[in-house]
Amino acid sequence: MLMNPAIQMKGIIKTFPGVLANDNIDFVVEKGEIQGLLGENGAGKTVLMSILYGLYPPDEGQIYVNGKEVTMHSPATAIRLGIGMVHQHFMLVPSLTVAENIILGREPTKDKILLDMDKTLKEVKASCESYNLEVDLKAPIYTLPVGIQQRVEILKALYRGAAILIMDEPTSVLTPQEATELFKAVRALKEKGKTVVFISHKLREVLSICDRITVLRRGKVVGTVRVGDTNLGELAKMMVGREVVYKFDKRLMKGREVVLKVESLKALDDRGLPALKGIDLEVHASEILGVAGVEGNGQTELVETLTGLRKTTEGRILLNYTEITGASPEERIRLGISHVPEDRYKRGLISDFSVMENLILGSHNRPPFAKWGVRLDFGETSKYAQKLISDFSIKTQSEDAPVRHLSGGTQQRVVLARELSREPKLIIASQPTRGLDVGATEFVRSKLVEMRNLGCAILLISADLDEIWALSDRIAVMYEGKVVAIKDPQKTDEEELGLLMAGGKSG
Amino acid sequence: MEARGASKIRSWLKLGLQSMLPQIIAIFLAFIVGAAVLLATGHSPIDAYSAMLRGALGDIFGIGQTFTQATPIIFTALAFLFAFRCGLFNIGAEGQLIVGALAAALVGISFSGLPAFVHIPIALLAGALAGGLWGFIPAILKTKLGAHEVITTMMLSYVATYLTSYMVNYPFKAPGWVAQTVPIATSAQLPHILEPTQLSASIFLAVGLAGLTYYTLQRTTLGYEVRATGLNPIAAENGGVNVHREMILALGISGAIAGLGGAGEVLGVHRRLIDGFSPGYGWDGLAVALVGGLNPVGVLLAAVLFGALRSGGMTMTRVTGVPLDIVTILQALVILFVTAPMLIRYLLRRGGYKR
Amino acid sequence: MATPIVFVSLGGIFSERVGIINVGLEGMMLTGAFSGVAVTFFTGNPWLGVLAAILAGGLLGLLHALLTVKFIGNQIVSGTGINIFALGFTAYMSQILWGSRGASETVQGLNAVSIPLLKDIPIIGEIIGTHTPLVYLMLIIMVLCYIVLFKTPFGLRIRAVGENPAASDTAGIDVFRIKYLCVMVSGMLAGLGGAFLSLGHLSLFAWGMTGGRGFIALAAMIFGKWMPFGAFGASLLFGFADALQMRLQALGLLPPQIILTIPYIVTIAVLAGMVGRAVPPSDYKPYSKE
Repeated sequence: MLMNPAIQMKGIIKTFPGVLANDNIDFVVEKGEIQGLLGENGAGKTVLMSILYGLYPPDEGQIYVNGKEVTMHSPATAIRLGIGMVHQHFMLVPSLTVAENIILGREPTKDKILLDMDKTLKEVKASCESYNLEVDLKAPIYTLPVGIQQRVEILKALYRGAAILIMDEPTSVLTPQEATELFKAVRALKEKGKTVVFISHKLREVLSICDRITVLRRGKVVGTVRVGDTNLGELAKMMVGREVVYKFDKRLMKGREVVLKVESLKALDDRGLPALKGIDLEVHASEILGVAGVEGNGQTELVETLTGLRKTTEGRILLNYTEITGASPEERIRLGISHVPEDRYKRGLISDFSVMENLILGSHNRPPFAKWGVRLDFGETSKYAQKLISDFSIKTQSEDAPVRHLSGGTQQRVVLARELSREPKLIIASQPTRGLDVGATEFVRSKLVEMRNLGCAILLISADLDEIWALSDRIAVMYEGKVVAIKDPQKTDEEELGLLMAGGKSG
Repeated sequence: MEARGASKIRSWLKLGLQSMLPQIIAIFLAFIVGAAVLLATGHSPIDAYSAMLRGALGDIFGIGQTFTQATPIIFTALAFLFAFRCGLFNIGAEGQLIVGALAAALVGISFSGLPAFVHIPIALLAGALAGGLWGFIPAILKTKLGAHEVITTMMLSYVATYLTSYMVNYPFKAPGWVAQTVPIATSAQLPHILEPTQLSASIFLAVGLAGLTYYTLQRTTLGYEVRATGLNPIAAENGGVNVHREMILALGISGAIAGLGGAGEVLGVHRRLIDGFSPGYGWDGLAVALVGGLNPVGVLLAAVLFGALRSGGMTMTRVTGVPLDIVTILQALVILFVTAPMLIRYLLRRGGYKR
Repeated sequence: MATPIVFVSLGGIFSERVGIINVGLEGMMLTGAFSGVAVTFFTGNPWLGVLAAILAGGLLGLLHALLTVKFIGNQIVSGTGINIFALGFTAYMSQILWGSRGASETVQGLNAVSIPLLKDIPIIGEIIGTHTPLVYLMLIIMVLCYIVLFKTPFGLRIRAVGENPAASDTAGIDVFRIKYLCVMVSGMLAGLGGAFLSLGHLSLFAWGMTGGRGFIALAAMIFGKWMPFGAFGASLLFGFADALQMRLQALGLLPPQIILTIPYIVTIAVLAGMVGRAVPPSDYKPYSKE
């Protein structure tokens, strides 16, 4: 007789305003297996698992855990049923210690009133040893590197007695080497009888660690396959629905002058600790310099010093041989630096402003948009907005619509339109395709290559190695606030890059 | 052709009213709760409210008083609004109003023999500068030192009240028992425009300023940058806006507007500085700004409403003996009901089901 | 003199640590002061008055919590609304009950209590041995606050909810319930502070008698870095400024109005001196499930 599956989700439907996130999904996970949930950004994977974890209810459908039908009222219900979740964006409280984070919500007490930290430390230590996950229990979270923080997330779930673990894009913040460590841990969990759901959009990973894979596309299940019965190409086709070609017209450019030069740049982060420890790099005209590296190694701070949002403590920044180290953001915009920020919603757009108002941000106090620098000329801004809307195929009802109502991909088009149409000399693009679907991603990348071909210097910062490979003329690797290597993409491979990203030396 | 114009105005009005619906409901609810308070303490809401209405609009005196009281409220509402659009909470408008009054009074008293078209603008300017200073200080403290403007503006408001009280009671005191200064020179007086009431030309200044404020916010680069800073300072910074400069400008201008209001009161209504002349115009302004919202007409209408509350309130107290503070309670209720847009929606839904 | 400020700033800590700015503390304090006197007036028992003050503050705290958590209203506007309401309501009721909005009749205040052993310690025994019971209560509550915040699961959850409500939610904690509770507690503590002001000190209620102390308590909370003992120390400082002001007035060196500005200027100076050192425990963004 067949044992009840660990999880069974039947006919799940979930809609958010304007989006059908889950369209009649059936999903079954057997006990003790590692099943992959594969799909691109926006396919509905996280939504489905959030429903399973009780974060919100489905509009329709049933959930069965170990054969019994359940209603997930909240994460507390899921936790009680033995389901644990390791989130993509860690659910940890930065100023509390590892131990405090792990016991949050299920704290052992002395006489029911005071926290029993001795008991806590003992129990958690036992967990660490049994699952082979080493952590310093007394350290506050914000002092720990990302790979270790993830271990805390896993320990948190295990501490609550999770028999079923949902892992949401766990490798998105890890180096290739750290990912290997993670896989070792996941396999160990399976040996201890745990069931794992592994959400990812990375084909190769899912193939290497999972037993079975379910593919989602645009909210629907495309199919479920055994890993032994499929391959990379087939999975890719299932995921995307068509052949995807990431090839661009990159003509070889000659005789390029240096547009951006950074010399021994040092800067502190928000906490006053050194974030940039002496950066040296150059970007030439008609070149895309890709900066590879795991997030948190100083990339954000580098971008901020280049755009004028962060003060430097030492070193120089030169634009076309003019020193701009102390220049304000406004001056840098005027000198021809454009910036596609990594968080378009927080840094790139003013969500309550209209499309038109967002499109002139940065040039809003100069002609032709402002007469005498004071009065805004709506005729001119409207004309400009309409031109950009058509040039960049921005899907919006009108230029007066608030940017808030647009989809992620459309919003990124607005940012691109604004930054690229200023005829910049240097473009700093930070995670430009994060969270975008395939169509939008292709558009963004092709536009960047177009600007490169027109003579622009582009500094591309991305945690997506595939993107770095596809677009860069040269690749720089950042690790702990320094550029540790600059490589020619033809002369290196992912293994070497991964090693450099993790601080190792190349062979 | 005419029909199209008329229907356009009608649809514009309807849109305006629809967007004001939550605020109108909030006012309505506030009056209902106020009525409950009155009933619970043994007074008749009907008597009280009708006395208020009569006092506010019943005769020329009442109407004059209503608009006279509304005038400084317009100033403080604009002040709060301007800072608010930059993401700042200026709750010290009361203090800024008072120092503005002080400065204008000092200029009005200290000079004589100047022609009116010189004296008045200088006095007004002094008021604006004083109020501006009172807004500038918290702005600097916030941008350079991270001090929260809610506390600093509040504290400065107390300082302003005491400082002015000192000035009125000691150096510039007029002979007699009343805590007030000597009158200002006639050359500094703003004309009364509606005899025999106290309504002065400062109301024109107020209305003009309302228009100017909205034009500035919507149609100039300064307004664009102020709004951008208020909505998303990080993105604004990315776009080259100097966020600190905008904040300083916003609070400074905010204070200056309130200061102008105080100057208007001294030059137009009282013609001298009276200790405690403001029954809380700063707070009225806050409520009016919230009720009027992003709508210049809304602010003006709400200010008239609150002016009516104040002037009608005085009659109400005289006639029915209800303590004047019920007006303050009503204002607070309006603020509370307006605070949470979800609350109104929630109540509407509940009300809908009952039917 | 620092005691009322201590109560209120401790209350402020609870609210802010859970992610809600409470500028309405001034109003909660004032209402507490009023309720204390009013109930004492009718019952003759100042301790019932204290109880009433706590309840009144708690009610206003509940209102603030409802408006800001459930209905996602702007925290500062809600707090300001509560302040204005308190000002008007207490003046109104004052008028109704005693016929004057200025000052009520005096009521039975809380008597000072001498603690036998403490009193006999030479020299300082005089100072610390004899105080109204509320002062001793304040010290006890301050220690309690520290214990609750840092040594109990409840306190751990409070800190987690304020700093990362999403993490707390996924850990199975009822974020909304904790926010409600803490804001109510902050109101109750503020009410208690107000009771001290009216019952423990002057034995009457006067219009606006809190005089901005609720805001000064917020400054004390910030200066004390949102820690109970820190807030206590800061409140002592502000209390000193307050006492200094009263002393100076008695000496008659300067006009009263100028002296009265001292506490406020001190507050501004203190806030100004905290350059970049004040990192709040929360980002105060309203939490919603999606």
